[in-house]
Amino acid sequence: MPGEIVATELLSCSYREGKVLEDISFQVARGDYVGIVGPNGSGKSTLIKALLGLVTISNGSASLFGSPLSGFRDWHKIGYLPQSLHLVNPVFPATVHETVGLGLLSLKRFPKRLNRADTGKIDIILDDLGISDLKYKLIGELSGGQLQRVLLARAIVNDPELLVLDEPTAALDPETRGRFYAMIADINRTRGVTVLLVTHDSGAIGEHASKMLYLDKKLLFYGSFDQFCCSPEMSSLFGEHSQHLMCHRH
Amino acid sequence: MNLLEILSYGFIQRALLAGTLIALLCSVLGVFLVLRRLSLIGDGLAHVTFGSTAIALALKFYSVMSLLVTMPIVLLASLGILKLTEKGRLSGDAAIGLVSALGISAGIILASVGGGYNVDLLSYLFGNILSIRSEEVVIAALLCLGVMLMLTLYYHELFAISFSDELAKVSGIHTSFINSILVLLTALSVVLAMKLVGIMLISSLLIVPAAGALQLARGFKVCILLAAIQGCSSVIIGIIISIISNLPASATIVLVNLLFFAAACVVRRIIYPAHSN
Repeated sequence: MPGEIVATELLSCSYREGKVLEDISFQVARGDYVGIVGPNGSGKSTLIKALLGLVTISNGSASLFGSPLSGFRDWHKIGYLPQSLHLVNPVFPATVHETVGLGLLSLKRFPKRLNRADTGKIDIILDDLGISDLKYKLIGELSGGQLQRVLLARAIVNDPELLVLDEPTAALDPETRGRFYAMIADINRTRGVTVLLVTHDSGAIGEHASKMLYLDKKLLFYGSFDQFCCSPEMSSLFGEHSQHLMCHRH
Repeated sequence: MNLLEILSYGFIQRALLAGTLIALLCSVLGVFLVLRRLSLIGDGLAHVTFGSTAIALALKFYSVMSLLVTMPIVLLASLGILKLTEKGRLSGDAAIGLVSALGISAGIILASVGGGYNVDLLSYLFGNILSIRSEEVVIAALLCLGVMLMLTLYYHELFAISFSDELAKVSGIHTSFINSILVLLTALSVVLAMKLVGIMLISSLLIVPAAGALQLARGFKVCILLAAIQGCSSVIIGIIISIISNLPASATIVLVNLLFFAAACVVRRIIYPAHSN
């Protein structure tokens, strides 16, 4: 599937309790901003973890930048932002500057060393995201919103072509959440970064995403937000009233 | 006996030199182990060292030669712990407990079959840094050099896996290789540290300096530096106090280490009151 940033073909994943994903096929083109939505336990996080090689694919295939996942080596092209609350050890002694620097390691060969130019890059990204004042703070001292920005800075400091975000706003209040989605939309527009973003919030992501992927173990919908709002399958799934609220609240 | 007199003895110079080198290794590795939640791996590997030392003594490999038996066994055990954890079959602490139980029970049975505990084996239980020989100091220095070189070469990878395995993987880091390096270096250090503090107290050499440094450090490199300073100072001060007061060196080193930790907690409360609770 050349030319596609992400492509899957009949991808399935299973855990001990059974299939989590079944026969998922879709392609993501360069510059797309895809919102991955679905109910709890629908396999959203498993899908992106499978795409990143963090979860074993039991059937089917996936490719990144035209390379089969098993042979993919260009990890510097990818920025990943996991669910931060599960990730960060509150006593971890790294400063914000050191943490963001970790995002540059994918660009480095052995022995990996950060130089003065890298320090400059880190400073620029902190400045871009408005968190320069946090530079010497420990990550355990940050609020949820600040931590999210720091981890986003870590994910984009290496100028990735694909940004993958797993429920990045789960720990944020609605106002910060809105600002965060807008920030991702800005990165997508100004830097031309392709975005895959997992969220519960179908309505809010619809405001920014160019495509919606609705998942409930199987792929139930993949298309634009407008198509999502007109889709009879989605109407029957949510009920017309809920779909109307979701689609017209902006 | 004054301090200069104490320091003029060859056996004390050897103890201070070897002890400082081993403390440096353990305290630096300890930072990664504590943050990876593998703090008790030192305990587990120490028990395996006990078992493998019993094998070495049964095979008539004494003193430095016993390393030829203990090193490969402890290195294999460290990889075993890692594999059990990685495959998701057991959590880290359960895997350590399992390998630890195997090591200590094998040691007890071999010691029993071989005619009961002897002095050599008991010295591994409680350590005896003051009896360290010149060749052991040389081995400690060489291993220290090798381990520090590996830590320097793989510093960023070790930092990355300590922060998050998942993020490290997506950065293209071979996490399973780096984890193997970490546990293998730990295994080497534990075998060396046996002579210093013995099986019973070995984990304190790995954990306490890291725990102390975590109270005060504002940065990952600073944390490693503080842990190294605490670890080395504890060994030097502990050995000197033990000689002056005629106390066992191993226990004195550990107690000094714990005092440093307590002091770090107090200083934290004073310097960073907002983050102390």
